[in-house]
Amino acid sequence: MVLGGLLLCIPFIWMFLSAFKPESEVLEFPPTIFPENPTIENFVQLFTKLKFGVYLKNTIIVVLASFVGLLFNAMAGYGFAKYSFKGREKLFFLVLSTMMIPAQVTMIPVYVLLNKMGLTNTMLGIILPTLAVAFSIFLFRQFMTTIPNDLIEAARLDGAGEFFIFFRLIIPIAKPIFAVQGILTFIAGWNSFLWPLIIASDDDLYTLSVGLSLLQGQYSGNFALQMAGAAFMVIPIIIIFFFFQKYIVEGFTMSGLK
Amino acid sequence: MNRSAKNQISKYPYIFIAPAVILLIIFSIIPILIAFGISFTDMDLKGLANWSTVDFVGLKNFKELFQDEVFLKSVYNTLFYVVIGVPLVIISSLSVALILNQGTNWLYRTFRGVYYLPSITNIVAIAVIWGFLYNTDYGLLNYILTELGLGKVPWLQHPTVAKISLIILAVWKGIGLNMIIFLAALQGIPKTYYEAAEMDGANRFQILFNVTLPLLRYATFFVTVTTLIAWMQFFEEPFVMTEGGPLNGTMSIALFIYQEGFQYSEFGYAAAGSFVLFAFIIAVTLIQFKLRKSDTEY
Repeated sequence: MVLGGLLLCIPFIWMFLSAFKPESEVLEFPPTIFPENPTIENFVQLFTKLKFGVYLKNTIIVVLASFVGLLFNAMAGYGFAKYSFKGREKLFFLVLSTMMIPAQVTMIPVYVLLNKMGLTNTMLGIILPTLAVAFSIFLFRQFMTTIPNDLIEAARLDGAGEFFIFFRLIIPIAKPIFAVQGILTFIAGWNSFLWPLIIASDDDLYTLSVGLSLLQGQYSGNFALQMAGAAFMVIPIIIIFFFFQKYIVEGFTMSGLK
Repeated sequence: MNRSAKNQISKYPYIFIAPAVILLIIFSIIPILIAFGISFTDMDLKGLANWSTVDFVGLKNFKELFQDEVFLKSVYNTLFYVVIGVPLVIISSLSVALILNQGTNWLYRTFRGVYYLPSITNIVAIAVIWGFLYNTDYGLLNYILTELGLGKVPWLQHPTVAKISLIILAVWKGIGLNMIIFLAALQGIPKTYYEAAEMDGANRFQILFNVTLPLLRYATFFVTVTTLIAWMQFFEEPFVMTEGGPLNGTMSIALFIYQEGFQYSEFGYAAAGSFVLFAFIIAVTLIQFKLRKSDTEY
């Protein structure tokens, strides 16, 4: 287990160590393991020669917007779990069926649609199609079904409005599932790549991933710079993940997905 | 609850589900219909600006696809990825989950994280890192191989080797998520089953094959279906690492659709390709559900 895990880590360790090597040292053969002249020049270049500051800002906007989407998904999950209404089964089936549609099928029509709305090359165009996620609605619904009806009825008898119930009663109870989905949403937003690449033609709208792929094309010989860019993308994920990882396994167990 | 109170809350369910459901309808359901329509036309970049230049061409796109050497190559490659990659991912993630399930101390918890990490790492970052590892002249892998007295491997330069290199990368990335699902399922198995088996004097292998694996049937099914669907859409690895080369050796169906659609702006042709992929996925999924039905009684 330990050996396998370490083997699995080699790419990360290699990336991290290479990111601090000067350009010339990266190409040395045989390769050095630890940087002989450690430098942060590569990271400085990302922000001065390249527009990583702008990409970082865009990525943060995408991440924040995806949390609005998370709230929508939670509301939908609650709606499907705790109300009976006309067309519920059909609508829920419709939601689930979208999980089977490959991204490649909807990519082209969504592009055409956004083009008609005049939303290509805008932040809104990058964000909108990613807000609602069927899998997330499904997990929220699974969790919400386990909340006792009596609790909601009692709140209603006390005169609480439906939105008050959702925000003040349901959300606090559903904290564990919000924790899991929050992490997954953050990761998805942080890593968003293909859609921004398609929809943004202006490099002021690129996310970090798109910026990094650009870097890979333009500086294909400069591995040190590329490794610094990769490290800059990966390290926040590693940090967040190690703080919250216990929620992920627990959350999957809890959601009844087995 | 009386009737008037029921009427009062009757609009709320719709308000709760509306934002997400409307977004899904606009960006998933309607696009399916549009894609279906587009696949029978010759829509391209001109057509995007001016709809009047778009003509209905019937099944022409579909006929052309099956004569297109690059497309046929991409179908072959996708099969190659699925046939080798899917069993590899499932077996490795199951083995890792079984090992990690044996303890709960900090070491096990840490390594759970370590195994999960690749699957949440950004694909472009991964491509950049592995591109460097796989580099024929400066890469770490070839350096190790030369030190061991073995020759250099053309990781990404030979059509078949490149496919295998991409599979190695994708398996490395794919273990994490499936392992978590297996772990969740393993933790759901009641301890009493194991105790009973031990009392009957079963050894570890007997327990694994007669207790654990049968009880993991549902998780295995779930993982197999989702992994198969995911690998049929194999895209990002060849897209960022090789762009389908060398000699279309790593071209997948999904990458083919992307290139036709967004690099050559042949929207009609690409949409037709996407429906062929969709048909494959539906077929494979249905076959699996059929196979599963036949063993539910056991």
